Amino acid sequence: MAQPQRIAFDHDAVIDIAKYYRFQWEPAQNCHVILYPEGMVKLPGSSGEIMKRVDGTRSLNGIVAELEQQFPGIELRADVVDFLEVAHGNGWIKPKAAG
Amino acid sequence: METAGSNPKRPGNPLWLLAEVTYKCPLHCVFCYNPTDYATYGPELTTEEWLKVLREGRELGATQLGFSGGEPLMRDDLEIMIAEARKLGYYTNLITSGVGLTEKRIAAFKEGGLDHIQLSFQDSTREMNDWLSSTKTFELKKRVAELIQKYDYPMVFNCVLHRHNIDHTQQILEMAEQLGAEYVELANTQYYAWAFENRDQLLPSHDQLRRAEEVTNKFRERVGDKIKVYFVVPDYHSTRPKACMNGWGSLFITVTSDGVVLPCHEARMLPGLTFPSARDHDLKWIWYDSPGFNAYRGDAWMQEPCRTCPDKEKDFGGCRCQAYMLTGDARNADPVCDLSPHHHLITEAVEKADRPTLPPNVKPIVFRDDRNSRLLSAKKTDTTPVT
Repeated sequence: MAQPQRIAFDHDAVIDIAKYYRFQWEPAQNCHVILYPEGMVKLPGSSGEIMKRVDGTRSLNGIVAELEQQFPGIELRADVVDFLEVAHGNGWIKPKAAG
Repeated sequence: METAGSNPKRPGNPLWLLAEVTYKCPLHCVFCYNPTDYATYGPELTTEEWLKVLREGRELGATQLGFSGGEPLMRDDLEIMIAEARKLGYYTNLITSGVGLTEKRIAAFKEGGLDHIQLSFQDSTREMNDWLSSTKTFELKKRVAELIQKYDYPMVFNCVLHRHNIDHTQQILEMAEQLGAEYVELANTQYYAWAFENRDQLLPSHDQLRRAEEVTNKFRERVGDKIKVYFVVPDYHSTRPKACMNGWGSLFITVTSDGVVLPCHEARMLPGLTFPSARDHDLKWIWYDSPGFNAYRGDAWMQEPCRTCPDKEKDFGGCRCQAYMLTGDARNADPVCDLSPHHHLITEAVEKADRPTLPPNVKPIVFRDDRNSRLLSAKKTDTTPVT
């Protein structure tokens, strides 16, 4: 990935994986990945944990709330926003409400 | 990741598996990159053997799978392979001319989980100059394009450019637009195999190339984000070689219709290397341990000017097959590189292409078909390779 471009979106909009992209656990890489035509992006560690929750039922705020419950006392919002804006900029995810 | 500058003890795993499931093809494209001697190959892998290849590739860590050929639709078990591939977790790509793609088949592919289809514009007739205006071609592509959209696949069009069609770039782009393309790849011919046999007929001139790029840029301006257009320049018109296959045995593994496993789809032409069959060995051994896959990994094999070149980790000395075809030694620098002592072989070919008309004694076009394949194969066995 050359220069990730961040694109902001509504934090209350439900987000989903974009058409033609697939998210899965990849044993050979020992991490989650996003697959798309002729390509793959590795999502190690927390990025995979965030992406796991992008499934067409949660918003960014929903994901932050869920992660904070799971990992109490850790400030996660900034990381989640960073990652998801990059993911949005790369076209991997799309807000459902915005179409 | 291992760097290419060393001789890695163990390379990374392959990410791309190209399954050339058959060399049967209803078309006779003069720029085909399939091996010219394909008609002499042994029997195709059976369904079971292909499923074994797919499992082993996935265990090795390949995530992208391309079903190619020939025309992969010529295999009537493609549905079974696609379903198994998807179950295994591959991102599955079908690379097809669309000839033979019926609604029944595409429905089965969708059901089985096929992810992506790349439709090629090809010359389905022998009247190369007429093919763009050929109603038959357009009707076929239109029908297939409608099916692709109906089954919710992205419209990805690929068209191979050469001297005889590059001046129609505008019409090609308009046709793609009319058919609802989201992605268009204008890929200039790479001069291997059939295309190499026909090189003097197919290589475009500088002017043709420049005009095609202009037309493409204007089209891009007009359509904006609606259609993404990729224009792949021919390496003959460059001065630095392509990083072929991203390095030998680094990302790509190709399995041919008869089971031979290769680091790239052209590598079978290289002398002195024996590539194992997936019938006799598993892909893991072939990838990590077979002599063929290790032959040009790292840089110990390199000669000058590559050996001491600061770009050697960027372009890996270019393409081994191109070096062999043009210089007779696969270890030489790819002659596309202007640092290569053989670079004149490229500039001479381009100079010939820059003449307004082809000379009357130009080698006649050879169409890709079984008969020509046998003829070329017999010719190859008769001649001693240039060294």
